[in-house]
Amino acid sequence: MADVETSGAAITFDKLGKSFEKKGSGQVMALEDVNLDVAPGTITGIIGRSGAGKSTLLRMVNGLEQPTSGTVTVAGHDVGRAGAAELRRIRRDVGMIFQHFNLLSSRTVYGNVALPLEIAGVPGAEIKRRVNDLIGRVGLEQFSNRYPAELSGGQKQRVGIARALATQPKVLLSDEATSALDPETTQTVLKLLADINRDLGLTILLITHEMAVVRDIASHVAVIDGGKIVEAGSTYEVFAAPQHPTTRSFLSGITGITLPSFIAGKLQAERPQGDSQEVIRITFAGQHATDPMLAKLTSELGIPVNILAGAIEEIGPHPFGNLLVSVEATRGAEARAYLERHELLTEVLGYVG
Amino acid sequence: MSANLINLLIEATLQTLYMVAISGAIGTLFGLPIGVYLAVSQRGELLSSPWVNKVLGLIVNATRSVPFIILVVAIIPFTRLIAGTSIGTSAAIVPLTIAAVPFIARLVENAIREVDSGLIEAARAMGATPLQIIRKVLIPEALPGITLGLTLALVSLIGYSAMVGAVGGEGLGDLGIRYGYQRFMPEVMLAVVVILIVLVQLVQSLGEGLARLVDKRAPRNRGR
Ligand SMILES: Nc1ncnc2c1ncn2[C@@H]1O[C@H](COP(=O)(O)OP(=O)(O)OP(=O)(O)O)[C@@H](O)[C@H]1O
Ligand SMILES: [Mg+2]
Repeated sequence: MADVETSGAAITFDKLGKSFEKKGSGQVMALEDVNLDVAPGTITGIIGRSGAGKSTLLRMVNGLEQPTSGTVTVAGHDVGRAGAAELRRIRRDVGMIFQHFNLLSSRTVYGNVALPLEIAGVPGAEIKRRVNDLIGRVGLEQFSNRYPAELSGGQKQRVGIARALATQPKVLLSDEATSALDPETTQTVLKLLADINRDLGLTILLITHEMAVVRDIASHVAVIDGGKIVEAGSTYEVFAAPQHPTTRSFLSGITGITLPSFIAGKLQAERPQGDSQEVIRITFAGQHATDPMLAKLTSELGIPVNILAGAIEEIGPHPFGNLLVSVEATRGAEARAYLERHELLTEVLGYVG
Repeated sequence: MSANLINLLIEATLQTLYMVAISGAIGTLFGLPIGVYLAVSQRGELLSSPWVNKVLGLIVNATRSVPFIILVVAIIPFTRLIAGTSIGTSAAIVPLTIAAVPFIARLVENAIREVDSGLIEAARAMGATPLQIIRKVLIPEALPGITLGLTLALVSLIGYSAMVGAVGGEGLGDLGIRYGYQRFMPEVMLAVVVILIVLVQLVQSLGEGLARLVDKRAPRNRGR
């Protein structure tokens, strides 16, 4: 096995393309010209709408799907060109967890975690030691002899994670691993993934359609839309200055703020005749997030601001906030220009008469 | 009923059990791998080879289309080749087995195809070979279904075994025809029918119990 880690990336997608034969009617382009480097030890979130190509992208990392063009490199191995035996070796270095857990109903927790080791031909005594270790790590000591049907969703996903870690992989792939869980359980599973990432230095590539998941644990994010990566970077940068409309729409979903319904109902896209208010979304990032920018807007320019909704949270160490405000429509452009000058992001949501 | 008749009934029951057990065992020995292969050789499956699958499927269907009584007569030369004779209880095992193999194969195939494809995907992602997936995932996961399938096959074999009297096979069916019908002894016929009902009931309950035992899909305390 040639181990050429020249680029330093744990996973590299290079001009990757994938099309599927569609029955009768030609081809579906699932992915097109995907370029992405995933740095070792990072948690990278891949976010996109249903059918965007997330699963397809992930499944090419462990060769469950073959690229039609371009390459996927994992720890120096070209996955698409690996033969059957090499592919099996690569797969032992790449763990995977699933939305519906995919645990064997016929095996206990212990048996499920042991399966990848049996497959790899690890000796019995070693299997026992490692499995017990892993079951402890995910906090399921008391459940070792239970069958999956006797576990909650969160517990099942813990088994899935222990199983994925059994062969001591370098990379962990997660396909919507928390989508079937309630918000509280989602948090505990995400925390477990973050702990594993920290303790084992594992590279985690996770798919989600929830920005909240990205915000909570991913250091990097790639936004995928219609089979293409439309935006990628550190989570903080992308959150602070989203460029693509898809990213923006995902972000507006998680900031937890929405327009009060009495305003949302009256919102118009075009500025009406006569007196009206412009509704603006302001995204605060970096040091300005904590500055009293709105107060300054009023005191320096004399523009009164109505605050409609707002929230400030943290992405890693950075403060990050969102405010929905309205100002007199005639002075909207002036206000936005002022805010933009101070490195705040603004977006006009509409007008109310 | 005379002691003599009771002895005849016991003997016939043992002969029936013998025929069903042997043909069931050999039928499973061949039917299980064929069934597994039918399931995994379909297009896009683990060992995809659509052509072999199609041909094998045709053979299985052809065998299953032949009414059992015709199969018994049609394969007499083959039976003679295998058993050395074409009449008697041992000879009857040959057509019973031939009928059991494709039947069991289809039942096993169905049970295997019921296994969630996500499990196959998970095993592939672990680096499992197709053979490992069959041994460690497909068969254990399909075991409740396979058990129920084999139960059904055994019950059918009990029924079939009653027809082999036509070629000199013995057993309950043969006894019922010869004594109950030809010599007009309704009490023998009745005894035969009762024994057959009890046998079928036993096999069915045993099979269902076994299937429940290996089925870990529902919580253990279900119904409590
Ligand atoms: N095996 C396949 N055969 C044909 N088309 C496929 C296949 N797998 C995926 N596709 C198509 O490729 C596109 C991307 O699918 P993919 O499953 O990667 O989306 P996704 O982003 O994971 O969506 P979701 O959030 O719903 O899981 C879709 O248009 C889908 O219909
Ligand atoms: Mg998907």
